Parts: sequence; structure tokens; C-alpha cells
Amino acid sequence: MPRTEQQHCLALDACTMKFGGLTAVSDLTIAIGYQDLMGMIGPNGAGKTTVFNMITGVYQPTSGSISFDGRQITNHKPHEIVAFGIARTFQNIRLFPSLTVFQNVQVSLNKSLKHGFSHSLLQGKKFHDEEREVRKTIIEILEIFKLDRMKDELATSLPYGDQRRVEIVRALATKPKLLLLDEPAAGMNPTEKIDLMRLIKSVKDLFNIAILLIEHDMKVVMGICEKIYVLDYGVKIAEGTPGEIQSNPKVIEAYLGEQVS
Amino acid sequence: MKSNSSKLYLLAAIMVSLLVSFFQDQINPYYFQIVIYIGINIILATSLNLINGFAGQFSLGHAGFMSIGAYTAAVASSMLHVSSGNPTGFLVLPVALLLGGAVAALAGLLVGIPTLRLKGDYLAITTLGFGEIIRVVIQNLNFLGGPRGFIGIPKLTNFFWVFSVVSIVVFVISNLINSTYGKGFLAVRDDEIAAQAMGINTTKYKVVAFITGAFIAGIAGGLYAHFVSYINPQQFSFIKSIEIVVMVVVGGMGSTAGVIFAAVVLTILPEALRTVAQYRMVIYSLLLVIIMITRPQGLFGKRFNLGRFFSALRKLRVSS
Ligand SMILES: Nc1ncnc2c1ncn2[C@@H]1O[C@H](COP(=O)(O)OP(=O)(O)OP(=O)(O)O)[C@@H](O)[C@H]1O
Ligand SMILES: [Mg+2]
Repeated sequence: MPRTEQQHCLALDACTMKFGGLTAVSDLTIAIGYQDLMGMIGPNGAGKTTVFNMITGVYQPTSGSISFDGRQITNHKPHEIVAFGIARTFQNIRLFPSLTVFQNVQVSLNKSLKHGFSHSLLQGKKFHDEEREVRKTIIEILEIFKLDRMKDELATSLPYGDQRRVEIVRALATKPKLLLLDEPAAGMNPTEKIDLMRLIKSVKDLFNIAILLIEHDMKVVMGICEKIYVLDYGVKIAEGTPGEIQSNPKVIEAYLGEQVS
Repeated sequence: MKSNSSKLYLLAAIMVSLLVSFFQDQINPYYFQIVIYIGINIILATSLNLINGFAGQFSLGHAGFMSIGAYTAAVASSMLHVSSGNPTGFLVLPVALLLGGAVAALAGLLVGIPTLRLKGDYLAITTLGFGEIIRVVIQNLNFLGGPRGFIGIPKLTNFFWVFSVVSIVVFVISNLINSTYGKGFLAVRDDEIAAQAMGINTTKYKVVAFITGAFIAGIAGGLYAHFVSYINPQQFSFIKSIEIVVMVVVGGMGSTAGVIFAAVVLTILPEALRTVAQYRMVIYSLLLVIIMITRPQGLFGKRFNLGRFFSALRKLRVSS
């Protein structure tokens, strides 16, 4: 049906990613609707992060195409893809180490500045109005995540969980339509994980965006995701609701195989 | 308002420069020369700091941009001086300086676009090579005097021009770095992959830093040429580039105050050490070694250090 094309926020069509002889992602087709909260799970090295890197333009897929919000985004540069409306976080936190929490978020507002280089040099009224606007936006979003009190601390000096939240705020500050979260709960204890999953759900509702979430641990995503993709050795082995995934024999096998090895 | 007060400081600094320039003939010529060199070195070091310290691109070719500015300005003023009468004489130097800066900026664009794809050590070596190429090219251009140098440049540089430019450059670079736009440079330096993922066009930012730095270095070259009145390619060898890099590193990469301090100290130091004649360069080098061992992040740098800078660049392998 032609209608479905319209409903999709993001669609990967038969995407393959090869690194030399290694096929990290093989013939992957997925579709995410506007305001979906989707999960992607799979054992170590299944190719989950590679999928994010293809979507965000870090890697160009060896074959296949990616469309987002009604346009082809294959072969675009990472910063262009952000401009289209896709933001991400990293599996290994990548905050800017010499910048404060506030400044880390400030970087993300750069792309929507109307008054750039020359105004920053001369600093007229327009410049100051815009800087004030930027400041307000940053404080507001930091307040939502209860990070405003630490805004002047170096981002990398915060506790681990807070750093993960700063990364999410920083991604949201680019005003995305789709947010990609790469193992946001990694390294957290079970209670922290549950809190974070609640937060992610509320982010989706508050900002009206679609979210695709990578998680290593199946149990964590079961609670909040509407639909889950399962990857193993670069191949999509299952997709469906949490209930369907839990009882899928292929999935159980993939995860059991991992536990044995 | 904060911005208005910084504009007032700028105005005040320019007024003071003007005032001092009225009395500059009374200053001992030797001390005066050192003061002018301090000013020129501050301009060079703060502009290189934009490229190396703030945008994190290790350039070793700053003397190349300086020489382009120096020669362009020298040619410009020798042509303007002859053709224009005295009434507009005071415009000769600023016009020559801006031309020098513009041509240096153009060179920055031409060099920057291909080389800024390179990382760390490779970029350093390429920019060093560029600086040497410029020198060799000038050496072989007869209309610039070749290896003999360019003589008879009018002595137009005075205290006012040098320290007005110092004030403007410090004002402009501080403004840039404190702005939201300027945070893009710091993001590129800290983590290029993360910067791209936050929508920063990293190539564009690197090129902008490079061009801006080259423009300012070109102006410094023009000021220098119109102070010494005689320039030759040897004055702009890679030794000069290294000298400027040392000021940035000792001061603390990415600290404007530190870099200014280092430019002042490292200009005075070799002169002050003249009393111990033959040990001069030994003591100078020893001091640098001691500073780098005890404060690898530079005198004023706290957030960022050179070691981390290099290891970050080396590790710049796409990861998850
Ligand atoms: N740049 C690269 N060059 C070569 N191989 C790569 C590259 N990036 C990823 N790979 C390989 O691709 C495969 C998939 O890696 P990926 O990081 O996508 O897995 P993952 O599902 O995110 O795993 P994890 O749960 O450990 O994060 C791995 O075998 C990995 O070694
Ligand atoms: Mg991964």
C-alpha cells in the first residue's frame, strides 16, 4: 500500500554493511513510525551499533537505502542527518570532556543559529537576543531532566547515570524527530535501569518523537517498547511485540547460545 | 551589560595605545622594539591558539601565513606610498595590513581544505611543509627581492597600530569562543565524532578557524614588515612557527590569558638572558623543558593538556 510509506518516520530497505570480509549487518529491513518506541536487541557483536552508524551517516551502507521523514538520507554526512532530524547517543559515552554540562548542550543548538560567525565577533543586539534565547532553551531542558543544578560542572565529572542523561539532553537539544539511544542503561543497576526506562517513555511523550533503543538485556526493553527487532550475526531473526519476542524459539536460541559461550 | 563593558575596555585599550604612541619617541629604542615584538607575538600566538588550542588542529605553518601577510603588505604599501599623496597617508598601513590579512586568509583556505582532513601528526607535518614551501617560493620570486629580501618598507608601524590590533584580536577571539557558535570549535577539538553527531559541520569549523587564524597572522606579518622595514624569507622559517607554537603550548592550549602571558615572557626572556651570552639558549630551552615537565597542560591550562590532545587524536578511530 502506498499509504504505509507516509506513515514511516524511518525505513531501512535491505541495508547491508560489510567491513572487508565481515558482514556486520546483512540485508536489514526495518520501519519505524512517527512516535513509535522501538527496541533493538541482540547479543554482543550482533551489529546493533553498526545499524545506528549507518542511519546517522557515520558509515555508508555497502548496499541498500535509508529513508527518513519522506526523503532519502543514504550517503549524507552525519551533520546533515542531524539537520534532517535524527539525533543519537553513544554506547560509550562521548560527552565533550572540556565542556560543562551547559556547554555540552549548547553545542547542539549551534546548528539552528541564525546569527553565526560574524555576529559572534561583533556582538550586536541580534546576537545578544539570540544568545539569551539559547540560554533559556538550555536551562529549560536541563530543568526537565533535573540537571540544571549541575549545569556549570564539567560534564565528564558527573556520576555515570547523570552523564547518560546529559547525553540524552544533548541529543534532544538538536530538536530531533527520531532519537536513537545506544544502550542507555549500560552499566546501571536494576533500579537505575527501571528509572531510566520510565524517563525514556516520558521523553517520547513529552517531545512527541520516535525513539529507537538498543539494549543488550532483553528484560529491560520488554517493559517499555511497543515493538522489538532482534539481531543476531547481522541478521534480523525476529520482530514483534515483547510477548511474541519472548516466546520466539530463534530468539531464545540466540540468547542461550550466548550464555553458553 | 557585560558586552557593553567589554566594548568599553576595547575602546579604552585603543585610546591608551593612541596616547602612548604620542610619546613613543621618548622610550628607549631597544625597549621599544621589545614592546612592539611582544605585541606582534601576542597577535601571532592568540591567533594560532584559535587553530591549535580551541579548534584542536595542530598547525605548524603559522610563520608561512605571517610571511604572506608581510610581503603582501610590503608590496601594497610601496605601491600606495608612491602613488598617493600625503593627505591619506595614515590609511596606507591599515589598507596594507588588511590586504596582507586577506591574502594570508586565502592561502589559509587553499591549504586548509585539503589538509584539514588529516589528523594530528600528519596535519602538523603537512602545515610545516606548507610553511617551508611558501618560504622557498618567496626566495625564488625576484620582484620580492628573492633571498636578499625586500628592502625599504616604510616604517609605518607604531605603538598605536600594534596594540590596537592586539586589543581587537583578543576582543574578537574571546567573543568568538564565548559565543554559542564558538562552542563548535571546542566540540570539534574534544570529540569530532560526537560533534558531527550534534550537527556540527566539523570540516567547515576547522576551515573557519584556519582562515581566521591565517588572516590575523597575515596582519601580524604586515605590522612586522612595517616595523623592521626589511624582510627576508629566513625570518619566516619553521623556527618562527615553532616559536609561536611554544608560546601557545607553554601558555596553555585554549587559554587566551595564558597564551598572552607566555608571549610576553617568551619575548622578554631571550633578551633578558643576553647578560649570560653563550648560555642564553641553553637556559631558555631548559626553562621550557622544566615548564613542560611540571605543567604539561601549560601555565594557565587546566582543562586540557597536550598529552590528552594527542592521544585523543590518535584514538580518533570510529567506534561505537
Ligand atoms: N569500523 C569497523 N571495522 C571493522 N569491523 C567493525 C567495525 N565496526 C563494527 N565492526 C564489527 O561489526 C560487528 C558488529 O559490531 P557492532 O558494534 O555493531 O555490534 P553490537 O551489536 O553493537 O555489539 P555490542 O552489544 O557489543 O555493542 C562486530 O563484529 C564488530 O567487530
Ligand atoms: Mg553496540
